[in-house]
Amino acid sequence: MILSDGDMATIWLTLRLATTVTILLLILATPLAWWLARTHSWFKGPISAIVALPLVLPPTVLGFYLLLAMGPNGVIGQFTQALGLGTLPFTFWGLVVASMVYSMPFVVQPIQNAIEAIGNRPLEAAATLGASPMDRFFTVVLPLAKPGFMTATILGFAHTVGEFGIVLMIGGSIPNETRVVSVQIYDHVEALEYAQAHALSGVMIVFSFVVLLMLYTFQRKRKAVGMTYGR
Amino acid sequence: MKIKKWFGFILLFTFTLSAEAKPVHVAVAANFSKTMQTLVTEFEKTSDFQIALSFGSSGKFYAQIKQGAPYELFFSADQVKPEALQKDGLVMAGSRFTYAIGRLAVWSARPDFANQIETKLKEGSFNKLAIANPKLAPYGAATLDVLRHLALIAATQSKWVRGENIAQTYQFVSSGNADLGFVALSQLIGRNKVEEGSYWVVPDTMHHAIKQDVVLLMGAGQSLGAKAFLDFIHTEQAQHIILQNGYITSDRLNSEQGT
Repeated sequence: MILSDGDMATIWLTLRLATTVTILLLILATPLAWWLARTHSWFKGPISAIVALPLVLPPTVLGFYLLLAMGPNGVIGQFTQALGLGTLPFTFWGLVVASMVYSMPFVVQPIQNAIEAIGNRPLEAAATLGASPMDRFFTVVLPLAKPGFMTATILGFAHTVGEFGIVLMIGGSIPNETRVVSVQIYDHVEALEYAQAHALSGVMIVFSFVVLLMLYTFQRKRKAVGMTYGR
Repeated sequence: MKIKKWFGFILLFTFTLSAEAKPVHVAVAANFSKTMQTLVTEFEKTSDFQIALSFGSSGKFYAQIKQGAPYELFFSADQVKPEALQKDGLVMAGSRFTYAIGRLAVWSARPDFANQIETKLKEGSFNKLAIANPKLAPYGAATLDVLRHLALIAATQSKWVRGENIAQTYQFVSSGNADLGFVALSQLIGRNKVEEGSYWVVPDTMHHAIKQDVVLLMGAGQSLGAKAFLDFIHTEQAQHIILQNGYITSDRLNSEQGT
């Protein structure tokens, strides 16, 4: 095997990071997507714009400002220090927070679209049958919006795996803590270790292809199912 | 027919552009960027040739030059990449020389660390130590030499944060995330003033010399501008600017070593 122990460690770290980020994002993004899908509030526009900002900002720019904000003199840094957590840059949890910001739109938007597609009628019907708001969410919204949640999960996970610029800025390339696959590939290339870079990139390409294949196969099925539900 | 006409237009446009005075394309290692800008300003005062600078990491430039990037001169941060290019047959014979030798400094942005950087480093009383990745950056490799010389590797290793290059290492310190960092002296004194904090210049006997080489690339062909600029780098005036920006020049090193 061309992959070294160091390479393998970066793969595990990347999977651990992406899993953590995806789970936390699903928990955080679901209420947010729900609110965005249902609200008529004036805040809907500005909040949607903020959620989508990472799509536009170059990752290194985002990473630089996160580095400043999370540092000992930054707003987030002051807050985490006050909580006795120290500062976030150069830690696994720092990467988790940064990745959540970065992957947020990829998780919020599919869920939001799915909830919007359900519309009011199934919910009103459930309410007249005496379902509580909690009931309605778990027995009506979740099953109907499942394709949206699947898309969100896959996209959030894949996007975190592919993240580079932000990790480069706030990670500090610490083995088993912040040195993820994309940084390792970059290091190999910069060090002119092209064979190792090719091997690790090969793994990345196969992984990405499988993930995207899953996504698109799933979306095709979803369209067929989606036909049976009117708005 | 229409497409042909457009194609002709584009061709014409391209050639008109290239008929203008072509600037000399120069690839420069990031650590040398500020010094290079000063050098170019001086050079262009007395020369009609225009210099177009690209800054980046030497590793990336190496990969790009191998794939035919249109650079005429390559100022690397080390000797390894120019040597490798020479082996690949992409370098004009006899053009390689050491244009600068880097100096290391330990820098802190913390006001309360003023004038006690060396003590703080040796005591280990700091949160993080920013270093350039030793695998990638020559300044990082030299940093390891220094830490080895001071027998501080084991004591500090858990506090290392690695920048991909010396500029990122500088950022880790300037943003306050790392109390101390090994950076290039040129990053600290090339400015009009050090913005904040203080630094300790590491004696260059503690690490192998950070020799930075320049090569004239095959892509330069018969370019007079590239040769003129390379000749300028050899002049005393240019060497003086390089010295002033926190580097040692190779003449100086040779005379110090008495060779």
